[in-house]
Amino acid sequence: MRSLIDIKELSTAEIDELITVSKDIIANPVKYSEKCRGKKLATLFYEPSTRTRLSFEAAMYELGGNVLGFASSDNSSASKGESVADTVRVVSGYADIIAMRHPKEGAPLVASMHSLVPIINAGDGGHNHPTQTLADLLTINREKGRFDNLTVGLCGDLKFGRTVHSLIGAMSRYDNVKFVLISPEELRIPGYIKKEILDRGNIDYVETRSLEDAVPELDILYMTRVQRERFFNEDDYIRLKDTYILNSGKLAKAKKDLSILHPLPRVNEISVEIDNDPRACYFEQTLNGKYIRMALILKLLGVE
Amino acid sequence: MIVNPIKNGVVLDHIHAGGAMSIYKALNLDKLGCQVAIIKNAESEKMGKKDILKICEPIDINFDVIGYLDPGITVSIIKDGKVAERKHLELPEKVEGIIKCSNPRCISSVEQELPSVFKLTDREKRVYRCIYCESKFKSQGDIK
Ligand SMILES: [Zn+2]
Repeated sequence: MRSLIDIKELSTAEIDELITVSKDIIANPVKYSEKCRGKKLATLFYEPSTRTRLSFEAAMYELGGNVLGFASSDNSSASKGESVADTVRVVSGYADIIAMRHPKEGAPLVASMHSLVPIINAGDGGHNHPTQTLADLLTINREKGRFDNLTVGLCGDLKFGRTVHSLIGAMSRYDNVKFVLISPEELRIPGYIKKEILDRGNIDYVETRSLEDAVPELDILYMTRVQRERFFNEDDYIRLKDTYILNSGKLAKAKKDLSILHPLPRVNEISVEIDNDPRACYFEQTLNGKYIRMALILKLLGVE
Repeated sequence: MIVNPIKNGVVLDHIHAGGAMSIYKALNLDKLGCQVAIIKNAESEKMGKKDILKICEPIDINFDVIGYLDPGITVSIIKDGKVAERKHLELPEKVEGIIKCSNPRCISSVEQELPSVFKLTDREKRVYRCIYCESKFKSQGDIK
């Protein structure tokens, strides 16, 4: 029995296998529509994340399975003070697999230590969110047909953005990937990511403050939100926020086959005028999230 | 100062000067009925000053605990007045129940009786990380 708590637990071969299965699901949905008949997914969401929860539930329904669970801790046993360990022991008697979202870091790991069924980490605070990274990877692979020989721009909050850190970790496994790290001074990538992933892997990267200057060489542009509360003062925020909003002006010198990704929800960091640009992939990206979750559920349940 | 040699027991030598009491507490030596000598600020060629603990009873030592607190310690097991075994410590791969995660967003801050477990992720820099949230905790090395 295996769980997925951190994307780092997956080997490169396993990621490739999940990508392959996802693509097969997309090509032959009917073939998979009864694969999980009689199986149940429990979605234990201790904090609301409608987008992620619906994606997991849709994934299970499309495999022919059923879903139970709760969408916030307000009216669940958690609000009565029950431990994660106890809740999971009980729920693993009712479900075949569990997707858990929890505001505390490490909660899904604790769950996996006590569960009789596989646990999927559906986000634990600012820590891990492996299925988001898998969705990002599937999107890149479907757009580009490969993971190697790519120049990947990451823009916005590179300091606190966990999806950015995980994506860098995952993409670093492949050959000849170059990163362009675009952020304001205050939100630069943390030193340990540079040291432990980029420098250790001898991976090519540059840091820049200018999105406009970086755009022309990119194959992938991964946008993230620059949040107001990350800044010490309002003036800095106002001064910087427009710099990191993607609009058609900033795309003027971009490659024709650039792929623009965003983990969503977007607030204003991508202008809606980009939505109809063929290079915008962020809505496909959420859809890819459902397909890769289907592949992951199959893998963890050991369904062929 | 003279402390009689022991016949059967354990000697913890090369403890950082001033560190004996935390080792004493961490190993629960106060619970022992036998003689325990705490020698503070002994002269040491290598260290200038050092502390020594002599325990006049063969006891099981949790090497992870003292290895974490002070990896410089030498442990000698004494049998019939002779050193039967000498052990140089090193930082343990995993420490359980010695240090606590200080990250308020960590599950260990709320989950009932969750064992506090840290893993050594960088031996050179003595970095331990909480297994739940991966927050860094630095080994004191020098005991405070
Ligand atoms: Zn922790």
